[in-house]
Amino acid sequence: MSPARLRVLGVERVGPYALLRLGRGPLDPGTPGQFFMLRPPGLVVPRPMSLCLAPPGELAFLVDPVGAGTRALAGLERGDGVHVVGPLGNGFRLDVQRPLLLGGGIGVAPFPFLSARLGRPPALLGFRTAQHAEAAALVPNAEVVLEPTLVTELLSPGFDVLACGPEPMLEAVGRLEPAAQLAWEAPMACGFGACYGCAVEIGGRLARLCVEGPVLGGRVRGQIPAMAGKVAAA
Amino acid sequence: MILNASGCLDPLVAPDVARRLDAVVTKTVTPLPREGNAPVRIAETDSGLLNSIGLANPGIDRFLADVLPPLLELGPPVWVSVGGFSAADYARSCTRLDATAAAVVELNLSCPNVAAPEDEAAAIVAAARAETDKPLYAKLSPALPDIAAVAGAAAEAGADGLSLVNTIRGLALDPATLRPRLATGTGGLSGPALRPVALAAVHACFRATGLPIVGMGGVETGRHALELIAAGASAVALGTVLFADPGAPDRVRAELAEEAALHGFGTPAAARGASHERVAAAVNGPRAERERLRLKL
Ligand SMILES: Cc1cc2nc3c(=O)[nH]c(=O)nc-3n(C[C@H](O)[C@H](O)[C@H](O)COP(=O)(O)OP(=O)(O)OC[C@H]3O[C@@H](n4cnc5c(N)ncnc54)[C@H](O)[C@@H]3O)c2cc1C
Ligand SMILES: Cc1cc2nc3c(=O)[nH]c(=O)nc-3n(C[C@H](O)[C@H](O)[C@H](O)COP(=O)(O)O)c2cc1C
Ligand code: FES
Repeated sequence: MSPARLRVLGVERVGPYALLRLGRGPLDPGTPGQFFMLRPPGLVVPRPMSLCLAPPGELAFLVDPVGAGTRALAGLERGDGVHVVGPLGNGFRLDVQRPLLLGGGIGVAPFPFLSARLGRPPALLGFRTAQHAEAAALVPNAEVVLEPTLVTELLSPGFDVLACGPEPMLEAVGRLEPAAQLAWEAPMACGFGACYGCAVEIGGRLARLCVEGPVLGGRVRGQIPAMAGKVAAA
Repeated sequence: MILNASGCLDPLVAPDVARRLDAVVTKTVTPLPREGNAPVRIAETDSGLLNSIGLANPGIDRFLADVLPPLLELGPPVWVSVGGFSAADYARSCTRLDATAAAVVELNLSCPNVAAPEDEAAAIVAAARAETDKPLYAKLSPALPDIAAVAGAAAEAGADGLSLVNTIRGLALDPATLRPRLATGTGGLSGPALRPVALAAVHACFRATGLPIVGMGGVETGRHALELIAAGASAVALGTVLFADPGAPDRVRAELAEEAALHGFGTPAAARGASHERVAAAVNGPRAERERLRLKL
C-alpha cells in the first residue's frame, strides 16, 4: 500500500478551480465516487480528492483551493512528483435505471468520470457564481443554476439521484429523495480507516466515512454538528 | 523492531500494512464503549497534526469478542493498549486480557483528549501488575514536568517497559473566524513537532530506568528512528507517518539499517544509547563534572 509517486502532466485553470492532471502510474482509477489521498508537498498528511477524469494513462483531479493543502496541490507544476494512494472507499453504485447527477460547487468533481461511466446522463449543477460554473463544461448534458437558485428547486421526481456537494444540499436531497446516493465529505487524515478522524453520524452512530462511505444512501446519514469553518470554506 | 503507534492503524482494515510490522498495537481500549469526540476531530497545523479522536473504541467486551481474535490471526504479536479513568479500570481490563494471547499490555497513561486518570501513574501500573503476568508498558505524556521520575516510579511499580511519547496538547484556530478548528477546542499534536520532544523524553527515561523503550513521535525516516534508538529506544513506533505513507514500515526499516551501517553499527540495535556516551564525554557529563570539582579543590 505504498503511495505511488505520480508525475504532474499539467495544471489547468477551470474557473476558480485547478484541474490537476497526473500520469496514472500503477494506479487503477477505481469506481466513480471513490477517492485518492494526495500528499501536498511539504505537508504532513494527505488530502482526499475524488477522481474527476480518467483519460488513458491519466488521473485528473479538480481542486478547490480552500486551505493550505488544496492550495499546495493547485500550485503543483508540470514535472513535479506527488504521492498518491488509492482508489479508496466506496463509490457510486452504477446499476441505476434513470440516473440524474446533482451537484453543488466543487461537488461537481467526481461527475465527469461518473458521467462517462453512466453514458452521459442528465446533470443539474448549482454554483455560487458564473466563474465557478465554468466547471460545468467538464460535465456533458449539464443544466446550470446560480445562487440563489438551488438545484433542489429544479429536482423533479422519478430519477435515480446521485449527488455530491455541500452538506446542506445533500441533506435537502436526502429529504426529497430518500433513495438517493450521496457522496459526503469529512476531514480525513488517512483515508484507510487508521485515524478515526473522519467520523460522521451514520445510522445513528459515529462511524468512519472513509470506510463506510464516502457514498452513502440518503437515509443512512444523520445530522452531525456543523463543521467548524465550513462557511469560510464554502 | 518497528511497531505502529496506538490509534494510528486499524490492522483489520489494513492487514497488508499490519503484516509489515514486528508487532501491532491496538487503539486504546476502555472498559466501556466510547464513540469518541464530536467532529471536527483533525486539523493539520504548521508543525504537525492535531487530533481529538477521544479514544473511540468498542469497549473491552466487544474488543475481546470481535476484534482480538481476528487480530491474533494476522501474524504479528498483538500489543493491547488499555485506557481508563481510574486504577480499577485498568486493573479490570488487565484481568480480562491475562487469559488471552495478547503479547503485551500497553497502559495508556497519557491521552490528552480525555480527562486524565485520577490515580497516579505508578498506582495504575501497580494495580495492573497485580492482575497480569504479561509484559506491561507504561505510555507516558511528554508534558509531565519530570517524565524520568514518573518512569522510575512506573518501573518500581512493576512496568516492564515504556512507550514514549504520546501527543502533546495543542490548539489550532481557523484563520478566517479565529475559532478553534477542532470541535473540542484543543487536541493532541503529533508528527514533526514531537520529534525533539520525544528524543528528550527517551533520553531522560533511558538514563533513569534502563527499561526497554518504544520510542515514537514524528518518525518519518530511518534517520529519525536511529536518533530515537541512540537516545535509548529499543524499538520504534510509527504514528502519523502511516497516514501519508502506509508503506512506511518497510521503508523505515530499510532506511534504518542503512543509517545504522553508515554510522558504523552492525545492527540498529547496536546503536542503542549511543547518544549517552557522547553526553557523558561532554562538559556537563558526570565525568567532566567530577573533573571540574577535582580541579577546584
Ligand atoms: C471523499 C472526499 C473527496 C473529496 N474530493 C474533493 C475534490 O475532488 N476536490 C476538492 O477540491 N476537494 C475535495 N474534497 C475536500 C478536500 O479534501 C478538502 O477541502 C481539503 O482536505 C481541505 O484541506 P486544506 O488543507 O486545503 O484546507 P484546511 O486548511 O484543512 O481547511 C480549510 C477549510 O476547509 C474545512 N475542511 C477541511 N477539510 C474538509 C472537508 N473534507 N470537507 C469540508 N470541509 C473541510 C476546514 O474546516 C477549513 O475551514 C474531498 C473530501 C473528501 C472527504
Ligand atoms: C489520530 C491519532 C489517534 C491516536 N490515538 C491514540 C490512542 O488511542 N492511544 C494512544 O496511546 N495514543 C494514541 N495516539 C498517539 C500515538 O500513538 C503517538 O503516541 C503519537 O501520535 C506520536 O507519534 P507520531 O508523531 O509518530 O504520530 C494517537 C495519535 C493520533 C495522531
Ligand atoms: S480518514 Fe482516517 S479513519 Fe477515515
